Amino acid sequence: MALVTAPTKACVVNPLKMSQPIGGAYAFMGLRGAMPLLHGSQGCTSFGLTLFVRHFKEAIPLQTTAMSEVATVLGGYENLEQAILNISKRAKPKIIGICSTGVTETNGDDVEAYLKLIRSAYPQLTKLPLVYVSTPDFKGAFQDGWEKAVARMVEVLVDRPSANGLRDPSKVNVLPGCHLTPGDLDELRALLEDFGLYPSFLPDLAGSLDGHIPDEFTSTTIGGIDVDEIASMGRAGWTIAIGAQMQRAAEVMQTKTGVPFRVFERLCGLHPNDDFMMFLSEISGRPIPSKYRRQRSQLADAMLDAHFHIGGRKVAIGAEPDLLFDLSGMLHDMGAQVTVAVTTTQSEVIERIRTKEVLIGDLEDLEGFAKEKHCDLLITHSHGRQAAGRLKVPFYRVGFPIFDRLGAGHQVSVGYRGTRNVIFQIANLVIAHRDENDRPTPDRWRTTPGLPQHVGHRRSTGAPERSIA
Amino acid sequence: MSSLAATVQDIFDEPGCAKNGSKSEAERRNGCTRQLQPGSAAGGCAFDGAKVALQPFTDVAHLVHGPIACEGNSWDNRGAASSGSDLWRTAFTTDLSETDIVFGGEKRLCKAIKEIIDKCDPPAIFVYQTCIPAMIGDDINAVCKAASRRFSKPVIPINSPGFAGSKNLGNKLAGEALLDYVIGTREPDYTTPYDINLIGEYNLSGELWQVKPVLDELGVRILCCISGDGKYREVASSHRARAAMLVCSKSMINVARKMEQRYGIPFFEGSFYGIQDSSESLRQIARLLVERGAPADLLGRTEAVIAREEARAWAAIQPYKPRLEGKRALLMTGGVKSWSVVSALQEAGLELVGTSVKKSTMEDKERIKELMGQDAHMIDDMTAREMYKMLKDAEADIMLSGGKSQFVALKAAVPWVDINQERCHAYMGYAGIVKLVEEIDNSLSSPMWEQLRRPAPWEALAKAREQMQSMAAIAGDPVLAETARRARNICVCNRVDLGTIEDAISVHGLRSVAAVREHTNAAGGCCQGRIEDMLMSEPSDMRQAAE
Repeated sequence: MALVTAPTKACVVNPLKMSQPIGGAYAFMGLRGAMPLLHGSQGCTSFGLTLFVRHFKEAIPLQTTAMSEVATVLGGYENLEQAILNISKRAKPKIIGICSTGVTETNGDDVEAYLKLIRSAYPQLTKLPLVYVSTPDFKGAFQDGWEKAVARMVEVLVDRPSANGLRDPSKVNVLPGCHLTPGDLDELRALLEDFGLYPSFLPDLAGSLDGHIPDEFTSTTIGGIDVDEIASMGRAGWTIAIGAQMQRAAEVMQTKTGVPFRVFERLCGLHPNDDFMMFLSEISGRPIPSKYRRQRSQLADAMLDAHFHIGGRKVAIGAEPDLLFDLSGMLHDMGAQVTVAVTTTQSEVIERIRTKEVLIGDLEDLEGFAKEKHCDLLITHSHGRQAAGRLKVPFYRVGFPIFDRLGAGHQVSVGYRGTRNVIFQIANLVIAHRDENDRPTPDRWRTTPGLPQHVGHRRSTGAPERSIA
Repeated sequence: MSSLAATVQDIFDEPGCAKNGSKSEAERRNGCTRQLQPGSAAGGCAFDGAKVALQPFTDVAHLVHGPIACEGNSWDNRGAASSGSDLWRTAFTTDLSETDIVFGGEKRLCKAIKEIIDKCDPPAIFVYQTCIPAMIGDDINAVCKAASRRFSKPVIPINSPGFAGSKNLGNKLAGEALLDYVIGTREPDYTTPYDINLIGEYNLSGELWQVKPVLDELGVRILCCISGDGKYREVASSHRARAAMLVCSKSMINVARKMEQRYGIPFFEGSFYGIQDSSESLRQIARLLVERGAPADLLGRTEAVIAREEARAWAAIQPYKPRLEGKRALLMTGGVKSWSVVSALQEAGLELVGTSVKKSTMEDKERIKELMGQDAHMIDDMTAREMYKMLKDAEADIMLSGGKSQFVALKAAVPWVDINQERCHAYMGYAGIVKLVEEIDNSLSSPMWEQLRRPAPWEALAKAREQMQSMAAIAGDPVLAETARRARNICVCNRVDLGTIEDAISVHGLRSVAAVREHTNAAGGCCQGRIEDMLMSEPSDMRQAAE
């Protein structure tokens, strides 16, 4: 059991956290022909947009109601109305996903009521789904915005089963958390299909943000799950939720349609994937395909090769709750010590993280504790680069945003193969860092006073001794 | 201190701005920002603008008073470079929670200022106002005033909440804050007759350092750069400069003009993009300094340096000229760059097929006409879709723009070079323009484009098969065949269809392209090859079917 501590300082330094509305908007980006819309001042959208562009290196559909000071005082009805009309005219979306922001939550805009008014005033919008989710900036974090948005999508877009509606046991709903990349979704899709299952991902970022070249120019999302497909999700045999954050959406699905669900809190690591494979085998009635038996064996071998480098490392991780839980679990399983864990928002999983203390804090906390506790591996998103430079430790980039490396959308960490990749990448970082910065010197182990001494905080059982690389 | 509304009003009434000057009284009152269109707006807010303008001050702690979105979503996203402190890259925010919004955030702000001073002890703290504290009535001016007194350290309120307007307005509001609280509050250690200010230069990718060596050589000292690689002490004592250059005219004209008014520092608008512009700017700097009392030999020395640097740059560009000659570039950027880069590109042999003037002033447009001719293709507002079509139809060989339209070009498989703030190369001065030309050449000459434009082999196959199938269907149906024959243009220029030419060939027994040209309206220019093919081959199946 980890102790969860909340911040006491007034000034957040180098935030780890990002805001709820862009987490919500991110979820809408996994829907085909969608236009996410932030109801707030134009900066709210512009910052989010830049962040997504830097991460994915893709054009990102994201619009704003462009609230001005006057509009904020008078209420945002007109801005919302104009924005929806403008978007539906110009971009011809199949769905508009609306997220509120701090501005419009503080002035108390009743968006649900506005949408009813807009619908009654403009019959041409009858067939255009408008999904609204309340995501004030001053509460929660990115992951919470995603969680709420997906739960709302299920509430609004999934049809209730008709009286004679038949279930299709080969159909499976997958509700992925925001810590999964488009690459992860593709990996899972292939995996489920190998069991003869037909998965529907909600949301499906693999179709829209996987970095492909569309045939036509569109200003909405260029792929993702279709609104019609979402409507039919009630006919699936099972719902698989990945990450504790998706429990809520899975529950809503079950209440609405009766589709049973199972939450997989982790998909990185050996045991979590064993459980996952067994579950898929059970619901599909098929044996584990030989491909995955081989992959399991490859993972086991990778773990053997990498434990020399990862084992015993003191790791400092900063990530959103579900990603933190998943990765720290995997590293713990590899024999690393999760020494410092910092996260962004409350979640049920964080007390179960295999470490002493989890801090809901920022990158200053992560850096400070990592230094104090002599951590020798730093794991967080790209904003950790400055800290890594100062700490002079290997730095593994995970989560969102990753803006100073390419291929963030294709970083795979789920399944046996994904876990194997992550383990290799981390071990290689450690090896490279040791080669470049930590070669032994004649004075390294000298303790006689008066002679030159290596100043630093390396452990006395220096890593080079154990190198078999 | 005046209210935010009054400050905004004051900024809009900018006598130094030509565009503003040409407006009527009523128009001027409406301000110079375009009304934002909900649902089709792009670009940052006033807070963004203020932050962008001031963040390059490297030794200042920049504290954002607002919820996590304002700083958490945006920090460390600019490529300005620093020769000293890295403090500017550290993000500070009060991360307002719901409780703060209910009870007010002033106390938290005050505590945050104290924490920063205890931890980093910066020479100054800039406190940025955002929408929510502005809505709930947090008085950052009062908090900053109290904090300045309590900690005897400048704590400067930057009153530019996002909903006040556009990014550009934010640039100016940031300038106002400097004028109100910073500039003129200290004295420089020493002054020289060669002291200048650069206003509106942000040292992105370190581009200021492409120009600085030349200035150093001339003995010209940058007393303060607002704000690239700037330090608090420098901007506080910048009122002692002898002359100023306004580098990015749209963003901080108010600072240049008011400094002229208050401290008698003459300024000119210039640019270091392009060879001629760089030279012109150096000449202007020398001229202004000499007018203000610097020894007159500066003029001669400047000319000598210009001659040498120009010769060097021309020589470096020369090898690229034959490679770039006649290549068509589309330039989508704003303001000064809409013309200052034009001349640079023309120097390298590129042909400009269009330049955007969305953010340009009348004066900018005049300069474009001067450079590109009276019928310059000035693009006022182009949607991404139009841009995509233009590139897809190969109306340009390369696009130069900012990051926002990057993917429009790349997804159309057209070379693209970044010339806005996100770029990773520096393009200023004589060295910079050579680098830009090199980048353009790199991009244009990449063998990748050709590979990407070719469809996947199965797609080409599928297309051929589809064509065969439709031909087969047509061959069986005379009516369909006839319409298909009429629908396909052989001569695109004069719109002469396949049927007309085929009929002419068979009825008159034509043997040459010239004969076809005589009997039909076909131009025989770009369609010459197609007509030759028709003359060589049998009449198409379609014609047979139609008969």
